[in-house]
Amino acid sequence: MNSRILQPNMRPLTSPNFTGFSNVIRFVLSLFATGARLRIFRFTSFLSNSIELKVVSAQLTSVRAFDFSIFSSLSFFVRFPAINHYLYRLGLNMDGEELTEQETALYDRQIRVWGADAQRRLSKSHILVCGMKGTVAEFCKNIVLAGVGSVTLVDDRVVTEEALSANFLIPPDESVYGGRTVAEICGDSLREFNPMVSVSVQKGDISSFGGDFFDKFNVVVISCCSAGTKKLINDKCRKLSKRVAFYTVDCRDSCGEIFVDLQSYKYSKKKLGETVECEIQYPRLEDAISVPWKVLPKKVSKLYFAMRVIESFEEAEGRKAGEITIGDLPALLKLRKEICETQSLNESHVPSILLERLVMGAREFPPACAVIGGILGQEVIKAISGKGDPLKNFFFFDAMDGKGIIEDISNEPPNK
Amino acid sequence: MASLQHSPAIKDAKVLMVGAGGIGCELLKTLALSGFQDIHIIDMDTIEVSNLNRQFLFRQSHVGQSKAKVARDAVLKFRPHISITPYHANVKDPSFNVDFFKQFNVVLNGLDNLDARRHVNRLCLAADVPLVESGTTGFLGQVTVHVKGKTECYECQPKPAPKSYPVCTITSTPSKFVHCIVWAKDLLFAKLFGDKNQDNDLNVRSGDVASSSEHADDAFEQRKDEDVEHYRRRIYDHVFAHNIEVALSNEETWKNRNKPRPIYSKDVLSDKLSQQNGTVDGSSATDNLPSLSAMTSLGLKNPQDVWNLMENSRVFLEALKLFLVNRKKEVGNLTFDKDDQLAVEFVTAAANIRAASFGIPLHSLFEAKGIAGNIVHAVATTNAIVAGLIVIEAIKVLEKNTDAYRMTYCLEHPSRKMLLMPVEPFEPNKSCYVCFKTPLTLEINTRRSKLRDFVEKIVKAKLGMSYPLIMVGHALLYEFGDDLDEDMVKNYSANLEKVKSLLCVSKRFLKGQLVSFLFPLFFWKKALMMMIWSFSHFYYFQVLSELPSPVMGGTILQVEDLQQEFTCNISVKHREEFDEEKEPDEMVLSGLTEAPSMAKDDNHSIGNGGSTSNALSADITEAKTDVEVEEISDGTEYIHSGKKRKLPEVSQATKDVSDDETRNHKNVEKLDDEDDDIVMLDHPDVDNQKKQRLQ
Ligand SMILES: [Zn+2]
Repeated sequence: MNSRILQPNMRPLTSPNFTGFSNVIRFVLSLFATGARLRIFRFTSFLSNSIELKVVSAQLTSVRAFDFSIFSSLSFFVRFPAINHYLYRLGLNMDGEELTEQETALYDRQIRVWGADAQRRLSKSHILVCGMKGTVAEFCKNIVLAGVGSVTLVDDRVVTEEALSANFLIPPDESVYGGRTVAEICGDSLREFNPMVSVSVQKGDISSFGGDFFDKFNVVVISCCSAGTKKLINDKCRKLSKRVAFYTVDCRDSCGEIFVDLQSYKYSKKKLGETVECEIQYPRLEDAISVPWKVLPKKVSKLYFAMRVIESFEEAEGRKAGEITIGDLPALLKLRKEICETQSLNESHVPSILLERLVMGAREFPPACAVIGGILGQEVIKAISGKGDPLKNFFFFDAMDGKGIIEDISNEPPNK
Repeated sequence: MASLQHSPAIKDAKVLMVGAGGIGCELLKTLALSGFQDIHIIDMDTIEVSNLNRQFLFRQSHVGQSKAKVARDAVLKFRPHISITPYHANVKDPSFNVDFFKQFNVVLNGLDNLDARRHVNRLCLAADVPLVESGTTGFLGQVTVHVKGKTECYECQPKPAPKSYPVCTITSTPSKFVHCIVWAKDLLFAKLFGDKNQDNDLNVRSGDVASSSEHADDAFEQRKDEDVEHYRRRIYDHVFAHNIEVALSNEETWKNRNKPRPIYSKDVLSDKLSQQNGTVDGSSATDNLPSLSAMTSLGLKNPQDVWNLMENSRVFLEALKLFLVNRKKEVGNLTFDKDDQLAVEFVTAAANIRAASFGIPLHSLFEAKGIAGNIVHAVATTNAIVAGLIVIEAIKVLEKNTDAYRMTYCLEHPSRKMLLMPVEPFEPNKSCYVCFKTPLTLEINTRRSKLRDFVEKIVKAKLGMSYPLIMVGHALLYEFGDDLDEDMVKNYSANLEKVKSLLCVSKRFLKGQLVSFLFPLFFWKKALMMMIWSFSHFYYFQVLSELPSPVMGGTILQVEDLQQEFTCNISVKHREEFDEEKEPDEMVLSGLTEAPSMAKDDNHSIGNGGSTSNALSADITEAKTDVEVEEISDGTEYIHSGKKRKLPEVSQATKDVSDDETRNHKNVEKLDDEDDDIVMLDHPDVDNQKKQRLQ
């Protein structure tokens, strides 16, 4: 059993003494009893021996509020083994179709953009995020602010200077790291942004997780992984009975790429005052990137080719994602030549100068992270809420020319 | 430009950010992460709950604190070694003058209103500091670069003009819900709870104006022995039934329109029902003083629900009662505030009942609040994207990489595959009255319009000047705030009539040379101050052609704002007749870079004093006097200079009186010292007066 003080803003927004640390003690108890892990996340009126606790789990459909004396509460948790995975949310009625007053007040401005219905869907969505670099940190901030149900972070790295560079979720103060992983530290910062969103951390190698793990999520976002891992997870998500929206995102120097797989996506949109039902078919990542280059439209973003060349290089050399330096440039250019020959594509579509920028800029350019993390956030919100045209199926941004381009790279030519 | 990321210009740059709201929070974070070391940030706002969903540097515990200061502290947590200087102040404050602006290498705007944007634009031009400008609405956003002499200035391009509705549409023939909101907010609410002395067009113009208006005005007064219950039912019947009946009697109006239906309270509410209300809320209202709400006392919970006519009527009567009973002290000087729950409830209910009368679909409180409170749609993602783009442009500006400057539009629907569309910036517009000093033309009836009309409706509203000074040749016609009594500014319209009558009296007295001994007998000190004030502003209420330096056709007016260090010339054209509906101001200013009002369907109309961007916008002082509503014209395309442009932009007109309070305060004291200074009357030439005072 370990415990630590939680962030001060876990109390419902209406509590009068919201800021006071003194009369509110909140901490997390993580219990590992009969396979169940539980957290108490809210104590009110500690002195009056009363604890109000709300637990929402994946199995529970409604918020349950309990009032206990402080002593009996602990034993209660030990006797509560049925919950394997749970999510907690405060002040939210999961049963009802209505948003609470707090939610309406907090999300007022965005409800005016996407509607109360979309906000309800957001608050019930669960998102898995892997690879906490700058772009993903931006993305997480955006969806936590938007008010999703839960965010689960995966990143077992320890904090290095490189991890700090574009990630505002990690304070530069080593004393708070305490041997904790990047995901754990980012999680702490994220929780502060919106007390109504549950943020948790999953340890382990993402590629080893089984289908039942991914089944718990509505959205999976993968970053800083090899192309092989991405394809693997994409396929695991595809095999599930429910549709899991799959995204990959990566940023190098001032360039970035987003890939989207919404499988078969149906949505309605307003066109000329009428509601039209739309359906889009997405290819898997593997199918998308194996589309022969010569059948692609002429003006496909050069970034697409450059990213594939780097991916192939990392795969061939057995490197981890991003483990490539300027010293690899000659080998990379050689590989480009080979690939372009097999794909019968002129090498000018993959400019050396672009490849050079991509391998040199191991660190992300923070403004590019903000842009790409913003676009990804918007796309995920669209996919969850069912509002707006989602992009299909690649997005590229390069701060040098300032363009944010959508490319449709699928088995069938788009204009067929 | 080998790499934007490692630009040496970043480290040495001194940057000014204006606005710490939705864009501002994101911008400050991105600047800090990108390696900027010296950032100054101005924002006058304090944090509100509805900011928290996107202004991620702020927490619930910060509500009520300065945005600029809290944002600084939050960013220092992850970048402790940089310098961030916050200013909790209005950017229009005189201390932010041209010299202040000159110390920066680049100015980055994350503002929410047209007025402040124009102000910063002029200061940047005067100080010759590059400006990166931004704005967002929902999923739309834009970032533009303004470098003097290289690219267009912020005001080179037309801004969508504020959409104003003809008075008679609001008073007699509403056809959209927004018309009902404007009626409920600017007319009915103001009439019942606002300043009684304000002009108000609430009553329908009927055939014989004189008799009916006299009768109508009485209707809004609570009679001596009339209880609240009776009074509120009478008001209901008066505005929703009687006024409609009067309007219906004018057959002409309804020839080509659907006739409205008068709604009487007895038809909607059974007596029994309203009695029940009465008893229920009687008890609950007293318990719940801090947040009075008609919804709460009636058991209505969801602000997203659309109430039916009966519910609206009950909310209307309940809200009216709560105002009259529990907020009696405020009645008489209330102005509509979107954060005043009871006011929003009242306006929603009144607008809905009126809408029902005119066969217009009803709306929920949530929707009505958005329209009435001019609430801007805002999401975190667009702000983040725009902030990233601002930093990218800022780095290019610091590197003086002129060819690389871009203005970028964030689109909701891709255009030519692009979600982010960079466009080469335009060259300065040679007919721009701001950066090219091109003279403007004003058509005005110089024999009817007063100096005040010109100052209020043109100089302040259209030219966006805060501290104007108006000259004809070398003669000073007007200087803002030089000797206004603070109270007088506040009670401006209320005092107008008194001042006028005083003027008449004093004019006569002057002739008889009785001034010296009669004044102390007839006027006490306050009245005396008013006299002095009125004389110094004598010409303020004078018709243009009768000023000492008469303004007539052909006159060139030089209008200057000292703080903005901005001057423009206006050539006057006399014109007799104006279209009452299309040109209600009775003035037409041309040469201004202003687009024709691009009215879209009402989905996008967002009420009075709309604004582009984000967060900050929430707290805009509203333009009260004119019944005007602005519309968002997001993504409206139009052609300019042969290139297609998108302007996801909303503009707004703001009157900002409060800024000048400190300044005026000084002048009050000054006036006190000069109590006996009636000598001034001997020099009715304003120009001379001012000079004397200044000595
Ligand atoms: Zn200009």
